[in-house]
Amino acid sequence: MIGIIDYGIGNIGSLTNAFRSLDIPCIFSGDPKKLSECDRLILPGVGAFQPAMDVLTALQLDRFIQNWALDGKPLMGICLGMQLLLSESEENGLTSGLNIIPGKVIPIKGGDRKIHIGWNQVEPVRDNSIILCKGHAYFVHSFVCKPLNKIHIVAQTEYGESFASVLQKGNIIGVQFHPEKSQDYGMGILRRFSIE
Amino acid sequence: MLTKRIIPCLDVKDGEVVKGVNFINLTSEGDPVELASKYSDEGADELVFLDITATLESRKNVVELVNKVAKSVFIPFTVGGGIRSLDDISELLDAGADKVSINSAALKNPDLLNEASKKFGAQCIVLAVDVKFNGRSWNVHSHGGSIPLNIDAIQWIREAEDRGAGEILLTSMDADGTQSGIDLDITQTVSQQVSIPVIASGGIGKLEHFKDAFEIGRADAVLAASVFHRDILPISKVKKFLKLNGIPVR
Repeated sequence: MIGIIDYGIGNIGSLTNAFRSLDIPCIFSGDPKKLSECDRLILPGVGAFQPAMDVLTALQLDRFIQNWALDGKPLMGICLGMQLLLSESEENGLTSGLNIIPGKVIPIKGGDRKIHIGWNQVEPVRDNSIILCKGHAYFVHSFVCKPLNKIHIVAQTEYGESFASVLQKGNIIGVQFHPEKSQDYGMGILRRFSIE
Repeated sequence: MLTKRIIPCLDVKDGEVVKGVNFINLTSEGDPVELASKYSDEGADELVFLDITATLESRKNVVELVNKVAKSVFIPFTVGGGIRSLDDISELLDAGADKVSINSAALKNPDLLNEASKKFGAQCIVLAVDVKFNGRSWNVHSHGGSIPLNIDAIQWIREAEDRGAGEILLTSMDADGTQSGIDLDITQTVSQQVSIPVIASGGIGKLEHFKDAFEIGRADAVLAASVFHRDILPISKVKKFLKLNGIPVR
């Protein structure tokens, strides 16, 4: 069972629809007790870093997610959910993150626009079980993850300069794009995360 | 490399897709959910649904439509038409829309942009602007283009960006429905004035019009309706043409 972490931030409906169309059972909840009954978790999120971290903390989901990761159980952070996995973010001043993957979240630089919106190519840079091939995915973000350790970058994308579009540390995965909005390419990623 | 987006627009009236020529004389075009799936399969990068009736009664139909589309189409889609409040936005996003486009309500109450952007994130707030050339500059029109306002388009768009709009959907009323090409002047001007993406709309009739909108107009995305609905220019053909001309597409 996939558990989608529902903390009021992020489009839970799109993810639920995507898993349903793949015939993969999923629930969404903000209750650690319910979520702990799942095999795999998704941490969604859109918007700003600090309010999201505040809500996770208020619902005591921060410690729960950190312990989940320590136990080596599978977790996928999507968009802001990926950024929250890092140590800290520069968005609106410095804010601490979940510190599951060491690194920093910084503004995107070098592109034509201050927001990176649209379909861009995801290119795997090392062997992994989630991103098997190059493909186009849908991005909407203005900050990017800069992991301390390059070994955690499994795929990158070019917008003015290269940035980490997919991170992996053990069973913890972060994707900067929206797989649930990236048609077949994204659906393949969700399916592999669910069965792998 | 970030690709240029091709966005079919589905004008929705009483649950059916229609396209106005110069915003009047509507002809029925088909079932929205069926069309959405077809476009997604053909390679549309996003979809826009515009509720052109935009009454309280039609809102229910639109929410239902959004619900259905979100279950079967896995590309981003925007909903616009008659959005007046944070509650309206919330309802559509909850139903599965990824973005909303706001037009007249933002002109009446610009603070709505700040509030919506703060609450839902700039990424889901698209400001739609209908403009018309007055001989010297471009004026904004509200209510589906029916009411001319004494507001300068460039100034309004810059203000909207400051207030938190995430994208601009720019329609030239002079070009809309003519199939003689995007208004390149206003598109290029807006594109250079803002740091958020610009979706150019109105006037697409030929393959070259897409190329010009990207190359000369500097648009990030192009939105069109009738050329897609009537299969005059299938999306796959548009993309093949753009690729051959060195414009990055998916």
